[in-house]
Amino acid sequence: MMDTNLYLALSALIFTIGALGVLMRRNALIIFMCVEMMLNSVNLSLVALSHRWGNVDGQIFVFVIMAVAAAEVAIGLAILIANTRHSQSVNVDKIDLLRW
Amino acid sequence: MNSLFFVGTGAVALAAALGVLLSRQPVHSALFLMANFASLAVLYVTLDAQFLAAAQVIIYAGGIVILILFVIMLIGHEANDRPDSRRGWIQVVSVLLALLLLVSLGSQLLFRAGAAKGIPSGGTPAHIGEVLFVRYLLPFEFVAILLLVALIGALIMGRKLKAKEQPTQEEQTA
Repeated sequence: MMDTNLYLALSALIFTIGALGVLMRRNALIIFMCVEMMLNSVNLSLVALSHRWGNVDGQIFVFVIMAVAAAEVAIGLAILIANTRHSQSVNVDKIDLLRW
Repeated sequence: MNSLFFVGTGAVALAAALGVLLSRQPVHSALFLMANFASLAVLYVTLDAQFLAAAQVIIYAGGIVILILFVIMLIGHEANDRPDSRRGWIQVVSVLLALLLLVSLGSQLLFRAGAAKGIPSGGTPAHIGEVLFVRYLLPFEFVAILLLVALIGALIMGRKLKAKEQPTQEEQTA
C-alpha cells in the first residue's frame, strides 16, 4: 500500500531530525525535546503499520509508549532541575562531574 | 485529495521538527514541538486512530510540552548552546551519522515492512478499550505501577536537600 509508505517515510525523517538534534545541540532541554520527538515518530510508524496490517495491537503499544514517555519526562526534568542546583547550567558539556 | 492533505500535514510536521532542531531559544523549540505533536495527532486521525489522536493532544501537547515549558522558564534561559570551536567537527559528524541513520531506517521501513493484510480495524475508544482491558490488562496495570513509581521518584529528586546534606557555601562556589 503506497499510502502507509508515505507515513513510514515521514516517521523516518522525523526520527532522523530528532537524532540530529540529540547529536548537535548542547542544551539539555532541547536534547530532551528531540528525544520526545523521536519517541513520537516511532509512535507514528506503529500507528501506520497497525493501520496497514489491520491489527489494533500497535495502537496499544503506542498507548504504553505514551505512558513511558510521560514517566520519562517527569524523571528527566527532575534530574535536570536537581543538576542545575549544582552546576547552574543546562549545557551538557558542563555536566562532567563523573568524567575521568 | 487525501494524499494532498497528508502532504500538507506532513510538511507542517517536518517544518516543526526542523524548527525544534534549529531554534536558538528553548521556548521557540518547545512551541515548535507542540506544533509537531499536533500535526502528528491529525495524522493519527487519518490513520483511523481516533483515541490515540485525542490522547496525543491531551498527554503530549497538553501535558508534556507544558511541563517542559515550565522547566524552561525555571532554568533554561541560556540561549547560546553552541559547542566549543575546538569541536566543530561535531556538526559534520552528526550530519553524516544522521544521513546514515536515515538511509538504513528508510530502507528497512519501506522495503521490509511487508504487504498490507486484513481490513484496517478502527481505533475508536470503544474498540481500543475492549482490547486494552481484555487482552492487555496486565501490561495496563504495570503501566499504572510505572507511573506511580515515576511520580514518587520525581518527588524525591525534586525535593529540597536536608540541612545536613546541603553543600556548604564553599562547595557551591567551587
